[in-house]
Amino acid sequence: MAVPKRKMSRSNTRSRRAQWKTSAPVLVRCPQCRDPKLPHIACPTCGTYNRRQVVEPSA
Amino acid sequence: MPKPTKGPRLGGGPAHERHIMANLATALFEHGRITTTQAKARRLRPLAEKLITKAKKGDMHNRRQVLTVVRDKGVVHTLFTEIAPMFAERPGGYTRITKIGNRKGDNAPMAVIELVREPMQAKVTTGRVATPAAAEAPAAAAAEAANEEAKTETVEAPEAGDQPAEGATSAQTEEATEVEQAEGDAKPETKA
Repeated sequence: MAVPKRKMSRSNTRSRRAQWKTSAPVLVRCPQCRDPKLPHIACPTCGTYNRRQVVEPSA
Repeated sequence: MPKPTKGPRLGGGPAHERHIMANLATALFEHGRITTTQAKARRLRPLAEKLITKAKKGDMHNRRQVLTVVRDKGVVHTLFTEIAPMFAERPGGYTRITKIGNRKGDNAPMAVIELVREPMQAKVTTGRVATPAAAEAPAAAAAEAANEEAKTETVEAPEAGDQPAEGATSAQTEEATEVEQAEGDAKPETKA
């Protein structure tokens, strides 16, 4: 079985992991309750999409 | 020939996928709306709409064909007697999928697929065509704005990246006929 010949240095490990970055999600205002929500997805706060009740509001 | 489904089957294989789709369709016709993953909802929509189309035809042959997918006779009965008449006016588009975010636990994108129960309304597209009088006022305003823009453009430079044709034509026309021509220009703009 193929195995690594050398131990991966801390530097290389940390250099690789330095590229793991998060990005802020794009948010829009819900037309019904004005809360921020993800676009094209029913509002989790009031449960509406295009002012139509889709799901029960989650608390 | 129907286009084959892209990507892997749902579940463990083709037979498993058929079972999943049959169960989802049965549940959809039984309850009217079901919550499932986006992938399953999007696979279910064409199957469910084809079954509804068969139900709208309503004869025994179509009923037997639906029974090969939806095995529950009670559900097929409701499909043919209650759901199909509901869609008598509607030329397709019987189901609606609304995304509801990701599931807690495995972060799977979820969706609600439901039968469209709202009665058919007049087409929304007729609103644009049937209200030229209502569109006159904004059209005139847009025409005036276009004229002003054209004047400024002629002063500055022929940059006009957004509306090259309209700006150029209205700029070249005379001052007296500008408004009428601009209205003529604005009307296709409203249609577009």
